Amino acid sequence: MDHRLSGQYAIAGVAESDLGVVGPGRTELSLQVQAALRAIADAGLTVKDVDGIFVQPGPFERMPGLLLAEYLGIQARVNDTTMVGGCSNLQHIEHAIAAIEAGLCEVALIAYGSTQRSAGTRQIGGVSEDPRSPRGQFEIPYGLLSPIGSYALATTRYRYLYGLEDTDLGWLAVATREWANLNPVAYRHDDPLTMSEYLASPWISWPLRRDDICLVTDGGGAIVLTRIERARDCAKKPVLVLGIASRSNAHYWVPGLDDILTTGARVTGPEAMSMAGVSHQDIDLLEIYDAFTTMPLLAVENLGFCERGQGRYFFHNGRTGPRGEMPMNTSGGGLSYCHPGMFGVFLVVEAVRQLRGECDSRQVKGVQVALCHAFGGVLSAESTVLLGKE
Amino acid sequence: MIRPHPEPTPLTEPFWQEARARRLAIQHCSSCRQYQFYPRIHCIHCGAQSLEWEVVSGRGTIYSYTVSMRAPTPAFSVPYIVAIVELDEGPRMLSNVVDCEPAEITVGSLVQVDFLALDSEISLPVFRLA
Repeated sequence: MDHRLSGQYAIAGVAESDLGVVGPGRTELSLQVQAALRAIADAGLTVKDVDGIFVQPGPFERMPGLLLAEYLGIQARVNDTTMVGGCSNLQHIEHAIAAIEAGLCEVALIAYGSTQRSAGTRQIGGVSEDPRSPRGQFEIPYGLLSPIGSYALATTRYRYLYGLEDTDLGWLAVATREWANLNPVAYRHDDPLTMSEYLASPWISWPLRRDDICLVTDGGGAIVLTRIERARDCAKKPVLVLGIASRSNAHYWVPGLDDILTTGARVTGPEAMSMAGVSHQDIDLLEIYDAFTTMPLLAVENLGFCERGQGRYFFHNGRTGPRGEMPMNTSGGGLSYCHPGMFGVFLVVEAVRQLRGECDSRQVKGVQVALCHAFGGVLSAESTVLLGKE
Repeated sequence: MIRPHPEPTPLTEPFWQEARARRLAIQHCSSCRQYQFYPRIHCIHCGAQSLEWEVVSGRGTIYSYTVSMRAPTPAFSVPYIVAIVELDEGPRMLSNVVDCEPAEITVGSLVQVDFLALDSEISLPVFRLA
């Protein structure tokens, strides 16, 4: 995005809905609304201040933006339901800035909700596909678990080229669980994970084990975004959008990738950091989508935090954990905090709270700049967002 | 129980027709002379709509693979191997490597196409270690 927009837009409010297992009486809409009302209240605004809706569709939603606007009683001037997988809510931040900049709206509400756990809709094979579609004809008949199998394919290639060992990803899983044990709303709160427990967890799609794979929970999240001038009048200190960049990787399924280990982060990372005017050493906190341990592994390399093939050492000795020098996924991540199908919004919720200093026992000291990076699909789309204090 | 069943379309029918005869056919662009997979209306390399079907060697190399310990339907008996095969002609396709123990395969293993008849209409290209 245009560098002149760095710091011109701010996140004024964030919130989660109820998380974990919400029960059969709740719907995707109800979690979107709960998170939205909490985020609007967090900003000190009212529902009537919102004039732009950006919502990531849940599995059963056809026109969720229209439904959410109607339910909230909003005459939305912008209604965007861009769906590019788990990074959609990050792309919505970019779209919201573009929309406000173009005069289409003033206060953007970005939301997501899913009841996949209570509704029992998450299948290990993935969602069904039209048997005439490219995936229906040329992928589904082979029984690749989706999305687990796709990330397993990337992991095997990495193992072969760079000698990845089981404990390399184990360090990440263990550190992430340590963070979850500091987060009272994390699904795995009060449930420590040791390296030996990680190594004993069963293979699901070798070389990925159960403990390399995210939770299946319910949950929703929301973000309120507006111009910095307006955000200064809100209830909390604004968190600035310093830089943002997104890409879709011109593939939908992994055999279409030229190189399964080269992701869009190689482009979005430098673009977002350049817009923000920051370099790697300025970043105090990483929030990286971890539906699978493979995702942070590929992200830290492609974002340029280490050389290719060195990511396997990045997590060693609790480096990304509560006592480490590079705190990552401080909420407990998709691995141990919540994963209602799509995790993008929760990366931003946590980064904003850390920047505001609201995180109690898991608060990272002195956070000035946070980097959020999300994947969508199976390494198919990505967004990087740099957030900072005014 | 039968696997999830692909449904050929007019565009992809030649692929499945050749597969019934135990031949692997992929699209070749007569304009830029490159191959592509999966079948499309146009060439993803040059954009031309001058694609022809060509029977290829069926030889390839394992680009990556996973050993699936869980299955999407009971039609698959675990463990089974799902792999990205890089054909000698260049394109990559997803497939299974059959009659192969996980310990026998690695990235770089050479493979040869074979066909698994699901019914009279669909023979699914799979691979064996060469």
